[in-house]
Amino acid sequence: MNISRRGFLKSSGLGFLALGLPPSFLVRAAEAQQVGRGKALVVVFQRGAMDGLNAVIPFKDRAYYSLRQSIAIAEPASGENRAIDLDGFYALHPALAPLKSIYDKGHLAIVHAAGSPNNTRSHFDAQDYMEIGTPGIKSTADGWLNRYLNEKKKDESPFRGVAVTPQLPRILVGSAPALTLSSIEEFRLRNEAMAGSLQRLYATTADSLFRFSGQNLFAAMNDLKQVQTKIPASSERYPNGRLGAGLGQIARLIKANVGLEIAFTEIEGWDTHVNQGGATGQMANRLKELAEGLAAFYRDIGDRMDDVVLLTMSEFGRTARENGNRGTDHGHANVMFALGGAVRGGKVYGRWPGIAPELLYEGRDLNLTTDFRSVCGEVIARHLGQKDLSRIFPGFHAPAPVGLIV
Amino acid sequence: MNTPLTQEQKVVHLLNRTGFGPTRQEIQKINRMGMHAYLDEQLHPEKISDASLEDKLAGLKTMRLTSRELIELYPPPKQAAQNPEMMRGQEMMQGPRVVIVELQQMRLLRAVYSQRQLHEAMAGFWSNHFNIFAAKGADRWLSTSYDRDTIRPHALGRFKDLLRATAQSPAMLFYLDNWLSASPNSLAARFAPNNRRRGLNENYARELMELHTLGVDGGYTQKDVQEVARCFTGWTIRQPRGEGVFQFEPRIHDPGEKIVLGHRIPAGGGMEDGLTVLDLLAHHPATARFISLKLARRFVADQPPSSIVNKAAEAFRQSDGDIPTVLRAIFEAPEFFAPEAFQAKVKMPLEYVASALRATGTEVQMSHQLLRYLGRMGEPLFLAQPPTGYPDIGSSWTSPDMLLTRMNFASDLVGNRIPGSRFSPEVAGDRESFARLVAPDALSPATRSALSQTEGSQSIALLMAAPEFQRR
Repeated sequence: MNISRRGFLKSSGLGFLALGLPPSFLVRAAEAQQVGRGKALVVVFQRGAMDGLNAVIPFKDRAYYSLRQSIAIAEPASGENRAIDLDGFYALHPALAPLKSIYDKGHLAIVHAAGSPNNTRSHFDAQDYMEIGTPGIKSTADGWLNRYLNEKKKDESPFRGVAVTPQLPRILVGSAPALTLSSIEEFRLRNEAMAGSLQRLYATTADSLFRFSGQNLFAAMNDLKQVQTKIPASSERYPNGRLGAGLGQIARLIKANVGLEIAFTEIEGWDTHVNQGGATGQMANRLKELAEGLAAFYRDIGDRMDDVVLLTMSEFGRTARENGNRGTDHGHANVMFALGGAVRGGKVYGRWPGIAPELLYEGRDLNLTTDFRSVCGEVIARHLGQKDLSRIFPGFHAPAPVGLIV
Repeated sequence: MNTPLTQEQKVVHLLNRTGFGPTRQEIQKINRMGMHAYLDEQLHPEKISDASLEDKLAGLKTMRLTSRELIELYPPPKQAAQNPEMMRGQEMMQGPRVVIVELQQMRLLRAVYSQRQLHEAMAGFWSNHFNIFAAKGADRWLSTSYDRDTIRPHALGRFKDLLRATAQSPAMLFYLDNWLSASPNSLAARFAPNNRRRGLNENYARELMELHTLGVDGGYTQKDVQEVARCFTGWTIRQPRGEGVFQFEPRIHDPGEKIVLGHRIPAGGGMEDGLTVLDLLAHHPATARFISLKLARRFVADQPPSSIVNKAAEAFRQSDGDIPTVLRAIFEAPEFFAPEAFQAKVKMPLEYVASALRATGTEVQMSHQLLRYLGRMGEPLFLAQPPTGYPDIGSSWTSPDMLLTRMNFASDLVGNRIPGSRFSPEVAGDRESFARLVAPDALSPATRSALSQTEGSQSIALLMAAPEFQRR
């Protein structure tokens, strides 16, 4: 089909409606097709601010153990509940054990002391900045993943940008269509008799907010109907909770070749002000869920992992020093994970700024040495092939390549 | 739409804003008594009888229990759900889950049936402003009292009283961790190596200024956060999983001098330090402005005209934060009934579901299915995990998935496929009269055209799935 599906609907759809032709005609004429294999980026947002210093432990920085007397993770050695050595300086939290073999295979890279350069310690503002991609500038209207979708319009699949969250996250808000979907099976109108009227209504309503959302909804539902039988259920066991469910849905959409390029999901519960725990406990449970989710996704995607990069991010890190309640307060730089066949894994990237008291950011937090936009920009340019980043991250120039992508 | 609102539109608008949407009875009531008298009455909820609601709530026995009774009667199940996700949408009804589900049922029934609609709208507003997460630890038993004893008595009172009530509420002290915050120099912290309370916790101090009072750009610094945290050391809970009441514990309080927002708080103030901070914040001009902006956003538009925010903020300052005075300033401003304000707000999920049940006159009992619907639409009640609560901005509630869930809800409701609710076509009325409850003389041509092709209850479902009914 030469005319793009959405273009077709836009240019001729309303005309046909005016003639009173049934919408099923439109649906058939603009029949969805499988788009073929393409590259994809999956973003996992860890809301609440993960404590990066206990996720990827700088065990050779002597300050680490003096700053964290009750929550530190014991340095690598034989025995249980000890950190897992990566390179003689950094080690993984034991709950992240499922990631170690992927790291060893070279498909998992870590960037330490990374994050947003803005010094806000507000969860809301920091998440916002990371999602709109302009730290310090609140007036940016759209999210950077949406701006990416707007850069490359070659493919008009309604599944190009998908968030497996109820709310459309800020990172995907903007003028490019983006979908939210919580379950492939339940993504249908239960009352088919209303479908035609509602589709027409939402296609023509003067209410632009709802027209935009409604058109995305019906386009995606109609496409999904065409390919639904070709989307096999997942055989992998994902951990319980929203992250596992989300990654499972994303893997199915990727394998179904419906044109997914950008996917987003999230995991809450990182705001560990109290009783954070060490090798076990509150944060360890979250890390376990994260690692099991990522590892299940990696196995599930299988060979297609060559086409997929998964990135994690969290709004800021936490104080280098533990607080008075065996927890940590809001801090600055953090850790990011990058998973994928195209990732030059098996390495911890980023310059280590040190956490001796005199080296801390504002006297309390891990300093930042890699801007998250350097990491994301590199994935967009080298993996997704969008070289010009000037509109995706306006005003930002990566000081040097991170070197993360092959 | 630029022509002034008709009288009928004004009444629908008022009911959409001051409560959970119109019913035919409410419209008749306003037509009888006039909008002014209706508002006066709504601003004095103690004058309104709510007997029929009380009957509906009678079955919710946890509503009348103290925190201590709740923890004794509903202890955690043996394998307590480690994962808060498990609290969402599961059937297993045991332990504290019963408490949270009853709290959710209560909120929904009140939204649908309370005659004190404005009070209910404000209880929801403050509950979201002073958000707690009911699935966090001891808050599973403390949230009932928080809603009943902290939020509701002050929902139409004075802001400073409400602020103090939340600051001293066990639920908030637990949610934002202040109950454990201690001076690192205190004897109790130094000589109890196994004590969890060994030092400062900034969580409450920061959110108190960022979210509860000044707003994120309200002019405080990281240093202020630390100083405020010092002031609140010792504000704790006696037996979080027992008696569960506020207590000031001088042994972990930091007795030294503090400087908060440039204001010196002399050494040795004890519990007064925290009260002084609350007083400073309640009277700070940034607070008047921030609260007024949020109220105008709730009642007028996502981006309310600055003129109405200014009027509200002025009323806030003049009245020492008297909430009914501020609300009156908003309702009586010409901007409130301006054509641009009509249908300008997107309903949040509870507003959407409750307005559908009200407009159709659907009979509602306890209904897990309705609560599940609210969860799928993105607003599981009392379960917003971040301290920001749920966003009050339309674009947050219009994603394709949320829209689909609303469409499915509308057809399930009318098809009587929601256990615990009974829709009756006779009560809901015909489509022309139902349309007058939604947007009298203001349905779009697209909706009119779609409507003309449906009949009977299908028309009602279609109207509730249409864009106009997503707005208020």
